[in-house]
Amino acid sequence: MDRTILAVEKLCKNFGGVAAIVDVSFHLREGELLGVIGPNGSGKTTLVNLMTGFVRPDSGKVTYRGTDITGKMPYKIADLGIARTFQMVKPFYQLSAFKNLIIPLYSSRVKKLLGGRYGDRDAVAIDLLEDVGFERDSFVPYKVASSLPHGYLKRLELARCLALRPDLLILDELFSGMSMSEVASTLPIIEKLNQEGLSIIMIEHRLKELFRICHRVMVLNFGERIVDGPPREVMENDAVKKAYLGSEEEESNA
Amino acid sequence: MKLRRERLDRGIKARCEDIFALSSYREILYLVIPRILPLAVLLILPLMKGVVGLYWIKVMVITCAIALLALSWDLLASVGLISLGQALFFGVGAYLTGYLNQRFGLPPFLTIPLGTLGGAFISTILLLPVLRLRGVYFAIVTLTFPLLLTRFIETTKILGGTEGMSALSPLPNLWVEVYLPVIALLIALFVFRRLINEDYGLVLQGIRDNDRAVMSSAINIYWFKIQTVFLAGLVGAFSGAFMTHYYRFVGMPAFSSDYSILPLTAAVLGGVGTFAGPTLGAFILIPLSEVLRAFGTLRVVFYSAILIICIVGLPEGVFHYIQRKYHQFERMVNVE
Amino acid sequence: MGYSLLLIMIPSIIIYGLVNSVILALTAMGFSLTFGISGVANFAYGGFYLLSGFLVWMLLNYLKFPYILAIVVTIGVVGFLGFLTYWVILLRVRGIALSEVIATYALGVGILELFRWLGFVTYEFTLPYFKKGMVMIAGVPVDYQRLFIIGIGLALVVFLYFFTHHTRIGLAFRGIAQNERTAISLGIRSDFTAALSLAFGSAMASVAAIVILPLGIISINTGYEVLLIAVAVGIVGGLESVPGILVASLILGYAQVITGTYFSPEWMMVVYLAAIVIILSIKPSGLFGKFKELEERV
Repeated sequence: MDRTILAVEKLCKNFGGVAAIVDVSFHLREGELLGVIGPNGSGKTTLVNLMTGFVRPDSGKVTYRGTDITGKMPYKIADLGIARTFQMVKPFYQLSAFKNLIIPLYSSRVKKLLGGRYGDRDAVAIDLLEDVGFERDSFVPYKVASSLPHGYLKRLELARCLALRPDLLILDELFSGMSMSEVASTLPIIEKLNQEGLSIIMIEHRLKELFRICHRVMVLNFGERIVDGPPREVMENDAVKKAYLGSEEEESNA
Repeated sequence: MKLRRERLDRGIKARCEDIFALSSYREILYLVIPRILPLAVLLILPLMKGVVGLYWIKVMVITCAIALLALSWDLLASVGLISLGQALFFGVGAYLTGYLNQRFGLPPFLTIPLGTLGGAFISTILLLPVLRLRGVYFAIVTLTFPLLLTRFIETTKILGGTEGMSALSPLPNLWVEVYLPVIALLIALFVFRRLINEDYGLVLQGIRDNDRAVMSSAINIYWFKIQTVFLAGLVGAFSGAFMTHYYRFVGMPAFSSDYSILPLTAAVLGGVGTFAGPTLGAFILIPLSEVLRAFGTLRVVFYSAILIICIVGLPEGVFHYIQRKYHQFERMVNVE
Repeated sequence: MGYSLLLIMIPSIIIYGLVNSVILALTAMGFSLTFGISGVANFAYGGFYLLSGFLVWMLLNYLKFPYILAIVVTIGVVGFLGFLTYWVILLRVRGIALSEVIATYALGVGILELFRWLGFVTYEFTLPYFKKGMVMIAGVPVDYQRLFIIGIGLALVVFLYFFTHHTRIGLAFRGIAQNERTAISLGIRSDFTAALSLAFGSAMASVAAIVILPLGIISINTGYEVLLIAVAVGIVGGLESVPGILVASLILGYAQVITGTYFSPEWMMVVYLAAIVIILSIKPSGLFGKFKELEERV
């Protein structure tokens, strides 16, 4: 828990006059689980996009394990071991659930990790699905993705990331749209992954669940980092309360 | 008493899903006939030229050329690249072949392979810059390049200018003329279908459906797009290369929009993404267009109408429809 | 050519270059606007352009409409057709890139070839000038129509600026262009706006046709060329950017006139090819193009 795996320095991004991310800096230590919270529109997803190469920052630097990855292509960044989920889940609808996972298993990163032998990709895919909570001996893994309920799709998204055998996992509102029981069953999976050494950044609105497993919380508001610290401290912070109270109407309308 | 339509798989299909399909001749035939029958027809038809007539054999050759372009179009569509100008591949392959033949006197069995490879290579280079942009840019560029290249040739008068290059070497004999495109078509069909059903094809379709997810799965989507363009280019350029020696002529018509619209219509009509569909579409469309020759340019209006109707109303295409009919039957049941 | 002869050409080049640039800009603007606002590439653009020409002609010659009425009706009809194109066809296939492209492309080709089959190919089809006659500027003869074109071009740019900055619909257009998801969440109806953008773009094609076609005859090939021009200018300037279109028009317009004057008219079309190849090698998204490719799409 002492080495920095990800360092973000003074990241800035402007979208046609709207400042989406303003001077954001933070560090992530190896094995840490960092929660990122903030009202809607505070720039959380943009931050993820900036870190994973989907959006080029106007200024600032992102360093992963000492390598500068600012503005690199997303597939190169994923190749280095950073996996992310997408908020708007769009699986490969016409394929079955486990076929969805064949694609990341096709990447050169996985080929290298498996020592050049793909082995039985189908079996690896089924195992992965079981790891995220798909019932193994049922038809569910074989069902076409378009027929799966939303909670399963979100877990499929998680499996897609895990297929990459990442060292850093970024979850963008994984729990949104999941039922209480689905969240309850997925949370321990994430916790276990973290305890096994996977560094995780979790963007979430479900604060209760997030605070149970994260080590540290960072709060964003209007693209700026306003607070960064252990969950208890963050909850007591006045600025945080004001940020959320101000957008409470948005929350109740969402 | 309300009725609703219900679709069920035929019993024989359900039985054929498993390995037990090998247990009875009836089931084996059920699976094998749809594949063998068209194959046999394609291979035997040229032999019957006495019955069918030389004219229709010629139509068949042209159909194969267009079908090859339709297959190449379908491969591009499978990775999300929509081509409005297959004529680009065709023309580049055609001109390269003609040039090699006229300038260096190389015989067809050399110029055609060289024209195919070179044509694919050149086309890929031309399209390289737009592979990083949104899919629409590919459509736009493929639309404009054939037109612009035509003007270029017309103005600079290179490669024969408006006259083109004529008196090129013929193909050795009638059998080569007919069987070369047919064999090429069958090979391309077989290879592409295999490709798309393997994991490689999954990646291609993934790129089409959600390229961001594929990218964040550590796959270089641009490299895959390049490979696909090259592969499609091979098939398209071959079509052009072959036709150059079939007609013994290459000129500005090699970039004509017919070579773009016909494969496109054939593919949409037959069923995008199936490869068998575009082939079927070509075999419906081209003979039909020959029959309707008297209507002149109204045929193109007809193609446009087909395109719009198919795209909006029957997006699955004729092939899927036939496949469905083969595998399923419908009946009306009472709604409780 | 003698050196003095080259110099004498310059005023003519400046003026005709400007005229040509405005023609290119007028031709390209509608397509670019539609694409920039709603992301729909309206490949039927050339068809609408030509349709406008023929519609005006038919209204003038068959129904004996007065000129002003004919052009107003035509702009309205074509704009409405653009709206219909979205509402009837594209709405059903929205989001499926393949279907959108093919649907508009087929529509364009269908319109153009239909006119060709109906026999609109002879030289009889011309549109009247706005006002006959010409004037001398710096020793160069310029006819009124070309001046009129420049005037319309400028008026259009001003109109567009006001429209997109000061009217509700215009601001909606800009909002959608910048970030569709935010715009939707603000209550701007994406589909309706997209349909409007198609109407708008088609109407602009109409305006361009009415103003430019009198310079020559209405021929079917013009329809295809118009799409080519719109696309070429768009690629060079950046398909979604109005300043890009204007700058690209100036560059291409002058390049064409210079080439045509000093070399020969045939080379004018080659300028497009050269420009496209150059831009694609250096900055594929166009001079003013925003490299939006990877950013989150709705």
